[in-house]
Amino acid sequence: MKKSKTKMKQSFGDRMVGVCCYIIFILCALVCVYPFYYIFINTISANDLSARGVILFWPQGIHFKNYVSALQIDGLFQATFISVSRTVIGTVCTVGASAFLGFMFTQDVWHRKLWYRMMVATMYFNAGIIPWYLTMMNLHLTNNFWGYILPAIVSPFNVILTKTFVESVPRELQEAAEIDGAGTMTIFTRIMVPVIKPIMATVAIFSAVNQWNAFQDTLLLMTNTKLYSLQFILYQYLNQASSLKALANSSSGGNSLAAAASTAQTATSVRMTVTIIVVVPIMLVYPIFQKYFVKGIMVGAVKG
Amino acid sequence: MKNASTKKQRKSFQLFLYILPFLLLVAVFSYYPLYGWVYAFYDYRPPKPFSQAEFVGLKWFKSLVENPVKVKQIIQVLKNTFAMSALTLGTSWLPMLFAVFLNEIRCVPFRKFVQTVTTLPNFVSWVLVYSIAFSMFNSTGMANTLLMNLGIIDEPILFLQSTSHVWFTQWLWLTWKNLGWAAIMYIAAINGIDDELYQAAKVDGANRMQLIRNITIPSLLPTYFVLLMINIANFLNNGMEQFYVFQNSFNKEYIQVLDLYVYNTAMGSGSYSVSVAISMLKSVVSVVLLVGANKASKAIRGESFI
Repeated sequence: MKKSKTKMKQSFGDRMVGVCCYIIFILCALVCVYPFYYIFINTISANDLSARGVILFWPQGIHFKNYVSALQIDGLFQATFISVSRTVIGTVCTVGASAFLGFMFTQDVWHRKLWYRMMVATMYFNAGIIPWYLTMMNLHLTNNFWGYILPAIVSPFNVILTKTFVESVPRELQEAAEIDGAGTMTIFTRIMVPVIKPIMATVAIFSAVNQWNAFQDTLLLMTNTKLYSLQFILYQYLNQASSLKALANSSSGGNSLAAAASTAQTATSVRMTVTIIVVVPIMLVYPIFQKYFVKGIMVGAVKG
Repeated sequence: MKNASTKKQRKSFQLFLYILPFLLLVAVFSYYPLYGWVYAFYDYRPPKPFSQAEFVGLKWFKSLVENPVKVKQIIQVLKNTFAMSALTLGTSWLPMLFAVFLNEIRCVPFRKFVQTVTTLPNFVSWVLVYSIAFSMFNSTGMANTLLMNLGIIDEPILFLQSTSHVWFTQWLWLTWKNLGWAAIMYIAAINGIDDELYQAAKVDGANRMQLIRNITIPSLLPTYFVLLMINIANFLNNGMEQFYVFQNSFNKEYIQVLDLYVYNTAMGSGSYSVSVAISMLKSVVSVVLLVGANKASKAIRGESFI
């Protein structure tokens, strides 16, 4: 990071430090990348080879039938629908609520400080999962899609993020609008929202990743298989090796006998294919929006 | 004048009504569950409604220290919790070291690449981490294939069912997931260090290791200290997702941390009341730790983190 303009000759010891760093970080990168690569090459390799675990470094017998067959697996389409729905609806709700609250907590609201403290305090305690579960049950939010959305709408961390950002916006902007007779809601929608878009993007990314990755709420709240998320379905696949095989065979239809060993579904191929389906959205989103993540953690570090 | 102030008051109350629905959400999902702590004092057995549950006072709390089977279980759970948290605390300097040496990489594209791929695991769920673990370490996974090809073993090792080194392997997975992300704070802090310090030290003939030891690391210690305090405050909160997905009937004894034990006690064996009693105690200790760590931070560094 430190760019020294004057190129000094490096001593032997300094060069050794450099070489060691490169070796260590190449290893680190490999350890992080290889598992994903390993699973991917297995999903596009011949299924009889991947089931024996002989695919290690490059794909063999390349075919893409696994991804076609995955579409026919019972429940997988429904789970994808649930995961996408909760990610989209949940993100829209959280972003809207965070932007609105972040703005309102800078306004002259009756007992503002008290309400703000009441919200922030929830970051530091929780009643425990069983009381939470029983609450959700009393509210009829178990086996209910809104059980995924409602508890996530107000997230103190995201509100603090937006509030900090709103506070950095020059006060004159609002005052000018007030002189022109704009009400608080008009100021929020017309003046504030366009200005705080960057932080809204950050909140959107955080919230979308959280919703997509959520597993525990399905585990606790949902027994109706129609409401299972992709994460939960994947977890079930990992734990039901035997039933998975039956599922895999039925999904390839009546002609499973005719299907060549290299493309017939195996427990391994189904598992790995679903894993890739679950991880791809993250892989696509993450590198593009990395700067928003980093901005989020840095602003979050400066507490509200 | 008086008119203006009542008008202002009315407006502020009107604004309050705008945020009221959101405050209600906070009340319902974060405060109302606290009322559920009363379950700890009743003999609550769903699906029988709570209104029919019998008041038992401190029976469940007493059973935690008197019932020998339970005591043995809880001691093991506490051992697991302490071991995992201690491993995390003991290696909390790793992200700092990671950032320091990443900063020594002069080739910017390579550095960016490493930073991107090492933070990626933080954004996949624990279920996916388990899926990766399963794919690579089951009997036909990459690890066994490789070891057998090299002739080191003759029979596949069942890594995931293994009962030895459970704490250590769980720590490894946690580190794999978090290390790169945790380093980002330190990378940002390094960028904030005044370049003149380095230039001056170089003029004095300092080598790279000396620069790291005498400038970079001392500048990062405040950040490290704050994060360490937050870690201490979270000593009992290992979370349950990681351990839930990795648990099986073989490693259960060593993988059950408090959070998972609370879940298993209620959802596995149906003892809701005992489970609530445990999580109540846990919450109280956690708050005490948080306040204590915050006090320590105030005393040593002069600023609080809450």
